[in-house]
Formats: sequence, structure tokens, C-alpha cells
Amino acid sequence: MGDPAPHLDTAGLTLRGLTKRFGTHLAVDGIDLALSEGEFFCLLGPSGCGKSTLLRMIAGFEPPSAGTIRLGGQDITGLPPHRRPVNMMFQSYALFPHMSVAANIGYGLKGRPRAEAAARVDGLLRLVRLDGLGDRRPETLSGGQRQRVALARALAREPGLLLLDEPLGALDRGLREETQGELRAVQRRLRTGFVVVTHDPEEAMMLADRIGVMERGRLVQVGPPAELYRRPASRYVAGLLGDVNLIPGRLGPASPDGTRAVVTVHGTVRATDGGSSPAEGAEVVVAVRPESVRLGAEGLPATVLDATFLGDRVRRGLRLPDGSALRASAPPGDGPEPGAATRLSFAPADAVILPA
Amino acid sequence: MTAVTRTALTLGLAFLYAPIAVLVAYSFNASNLVTVWGGFSLRWYAALFSDAPLIASALVSLEVAILASLIATILGTLAALAFERHGRFRGRALFTGLVYGPMVMPEVMIGLSLLLTFIGIGLDRGIATIVIAHATFCTGFVAVVVSARLRGMDRTLEEAAADLGAGPWRVLATITLPLLAPAILAGGLLAFTLSLDDLVIASFVSGPGATTLPMRLYSQVRLGVNPEINAASTLLVGLITLAVLAASWLTARRGGAGG
Repeated sequence: MGDPAPHLDTAGLTLRGLTKRFGTHLAVDGIDLALSEGEFFCLLGPSGCGKSTLLRMIAGFEPPSAGTIRLGGQDITGLPPHRRPVNMMFQSYALFPHMSVAANIGYGLKGRPRAEAAARVDGLLRLVRLDGLGDRRPETLSGGQRQRVALARALAREPGLLLLDEPLGALDRGLREETQGELRAVQRRLRTGFVVVTHDPEEAMMLADRIGVMERGRLVQVGPPAELYRRPASRYVAGLLGDVNLIPGRLGPASPDGTRAVVTVHGTVRATDGGSSPAEGAEVVVAVRPESVRLGAEGLPATVLDATFLGDRVRRGLRLPDGSALRASAPPGDGPEPGAATRLSFAPADAVILPA
Repeated sequence: MTAVTRTALTLGLAFLYAPIAVLVAYSFNASNLVTVWGGFSLRWYAALFSDAPLIASALVSLEVAILASLIATILGTLAALAFERHGRFRGRALFTGLVYGPMVMPEVMIGLSLLLTFIGIGLDRGIATIVIAHATFCTGFVAVVVSARLRGMDRTLEEAAADLGAGPWRVLATITLPLLAPAILAGGLLAFTLSLDDLVIASFVSGPGATTLPMRLYSQVRLGVNPEINAASTLLVGLITLAVLAASWLTARRGGAGG
């Protein structure tokens, strides 16, 4: 699923067969990817999936074992970090502790006329809403302010591409949501390409135009957040982007409306082909999000195990006759009580058939 | 703190510092006899400052310590940068061992080997040879202090600087060295004190006209202890204490921030 976008957009970032080997371990395994100019892209995956190594290769800190990196039509694979038109915001922010906020932001502006550099620093301080704090030392700032200094510093050289390594990882929960919005707004204003690395699917969905999901060094699926959430290509992607129910079964024949029947031990259900188009009779799983599960008078028989009130929704644990457990979530209101027998169903369009 | 630990601490400190306290106390003794208290007096300090040979040797010691600690600081810092910032280069373990070696080698051996070398290459023994000898064994100490600090330093700071367009030299000058400054200073002060109180190595490699303070004191003690030596030693102890305190304060301050 790691196909590069077919268009020839040379203004953005293009990776071809990018590979990094540490000894015998393949940290990044043949990544092909094309980003358009000004795109907000998220690399999503658990720790150790190679996303940070990929980012460090684009920044120039790790030489690739194979493959090429092009930016704006220029091959930058062999350039050292200080010659790349790429800047990075580090997870730890890496603010220079012995310099003022203004000196941190202006560090990359060496060689420009003093007045121009000073004006640029002022502009950046305003952009990240830190006006008047230019003389402070980084250690006197709050976590959120430091994050904004790091962002301003990384933007100072007007990079062709900004790399952000877990940009919100060090922030408190409340601050994270606020900062996510700000990050998005800054990116929209500057039209600079952003590549964010994160392990947090919510963050990725909220920030990105497109998400690339990584698994053990490979890019397994690339697409807009809604597409990845609704049409995951594998159980891995389905589980990474949110809670999902997986119902095993055997694939039935295709029908003209694009849905296919899946024969489970509890009965036959209809679901949408996820694109892998396995042959009839193949072992598959049907992936259904909890909010797509309807409880009512028709469908597979189930027993309600428990109901948890979560404010905006109620999550119910269900048990199928073979003992397997599912989850259904629905807006608060009437619904079966724990212990009640019920039936569950879902719209075929909301269920995806995935390889078992 | 329990009574037991308090007693243990008191005894331990007494064991370490009682002799020095005795020395300091007797340096203010009015009596001519070293072991008989004759009242408070500064006469031995006065005698000290009119003892021209002793003053001369103190100046030799200072000159040697300043030059040797400067050289050791530069070499030790370079060695530490090589250990910690140049990856796993070939022969790294051997190189590390070679730099740290003189710290554990018997001083008699270092002194003898340097003496043979100086004679072999025909270098006249004097202040220069003591400086070289002291720089040799102090470099390892500086390297230890500086590389400990480098290891604790956030590597991403240097990466961030490079990312912002700074070439290797600018990264070194604007990021690495300023953040290392406290450790480099502490290492230099350590080298200074080590050089100041070295007797063994200096005895091997010094020549006529280059007598350091410890050498002068030692030769005087062999002729009989004189209260003037107490005064000289007290001043030496004071100077070294100040340097060590400054070094540990610099190390504890962790570079002012972040570290």
C-alpha cells in the first residue's frame, strides 16, 4: 500500500526506496512517498516502527543505506544537515540553554543583515504569541512556551519542509489540544510542508491532511484520516486508529452492490470489500467500529455484559454465543441493560472485510 | 543522623583532617620548636616572605602549574571530544586507555620514563620539562571530567544547531564549548592543583634552577622540620582548597542551566 502518489509534483518531498539498516536490523524498509507542496503529513506508528529514523534521514542526521530523498526537485540525499533546506523541531525542543529566546530563534539567521534578522525574530515571536519574551532564558518559560519557541526557531529559515518529532509529546493534555489547533493554523498560514511523527492516532487525525501508517519499517497505508479510519487496509491499521471489533468468518460470493457476504459462526453478515479482494471461501475478518454496531431486533444474537457511561456515549460490552466479546457504543439513552439478550447488526458500508 | 553515624563521621573526618589542622595550628606558633606551643604569632609567615629561595620555588611552582594546566586542559578537552563525539572510531578503546593510563600508573614510573625520554632527545631539564611532565599526567584527569559532562549533554542540542545551518566549527564554538565551559574550567583547576602538589614526578624531571615548592619543602624537612614549613604548607593547603572548591562548585552548577 506504499504507492507514491502518481502525480509529478516536484515541489514537495519525494522519497524513493528509502532504506536504513542498523547492522542486520531493517529500521526503515524501502519507503516510497510523495508529498505535495504545503501538505501536512503525519507519520503514525508505535515506538520502534522506524518513523523517527525516517524523519532523521530526511533531516540529514542518519545517512540512508539505500534510496533517495528529493525536495523541490533537488536531490538532497547526500547533503549534511546544515546544507538542507529542511528544519526540524525536536521532541525535547533542544533549546539552547545558554541563549535567550530571541538568540535561540535567531540562531539560524546568521549571515543575514542584523536589522533584517532582528525584524524576522520579532515577527516570529509575534507569530507564536511570545512578544516581549525575547530576552528570557528558555528555562524560565513554561512547557507550552518552550514548544512555541522551538517552533519559531525551526521556522526562522523559512524551510521548504518542517519536520516535527512528537511535537506535542511533552505537553499536558489540555495544552495539547490547544496547541494542535495552533500548529494547524500556523501551517495553513505559512503553507510550509509539515511532516509530523507521532504515536498518537488522535493527534495524527486532528493535524494531518494525510496520514502514513508505519509498521516495522514499512509504510503500510497512506491516506486522509477519514479514509484510514473508515477503510483500513489491514487489522493493524484498523486497530491503530481506534477501537475496532473483529469478527472472523468465511467469505461468500460478491454481490452487484459491491458488498459481500461473510459467513460467521453466528450467521451471515454483509460487509464492504476492503480492497484486498480475496477469493470466495477465504478466511477473513469483518472490522466494525463500536459506534457502527446497532443493537436491536435483528442481526447476530448477543448478550449485554456491561454498560459504561462515558458522558457523550455509552459503551456496552457484548458476548456472542461462542464466547467472543464485542463492543458497541451509542449516544446515551435507551438501550439494553446488562444481562439482557439482544441482536446486533451494522450497515454493510460501515464494515470492512480484511485479510484474517 | 544517629549517634553511631555521627561518631563514625567525626572519627573519619578527624582521621583525614586532624594532621592538617595540627599543621595549620603550629604555623601560628610563636615558639622555635615545632612541637611546643609558645603562643600565637605570625612570625613564621613573616620569615616565609623574606625567605628568597622559598619564594622563588613558589613562583616556579605557580608558573609550572599554570602552563601545565593550560596545556592539559586543551589536550584533555580535545581527547574528550574525540571519545564522545566521533563515534566508534577504530582504536577508540585503546585510545581511551592510553589517555587514562597515566592516572593509574605509578608516579615513579612516569617520572623515570619521562626523564629517560628527555635525556634521550637531549632536552635540557628545567621548567619546560616539568611543565611537559605535569601536562602529561594531568591530561587524563581533564579528559575524565570533560567527557563525563559531554556524555550527560543533550546530543540533540548540537543536532539542532546543525539543523539550523551551523557547520561543525560553528556548532563547536557556539554550542558545545559554551555548554562545556564549567567542566573545562573544573578540569583545568583540578590539573592546576595536581601540578601544584606534585613532588615525585617533578623530582625526576627538574634540573638546576627549577625547584618547585614541594621539592623545596621536602628538602628542608629532611634537614629538620622548621615552623616556617608549616606556614608555607598552610598557604599551599589554602590555595589548593580554594581551587578544589571552585572546581566542585563549577561542576555542581551544571553549566548554569539545562545541562
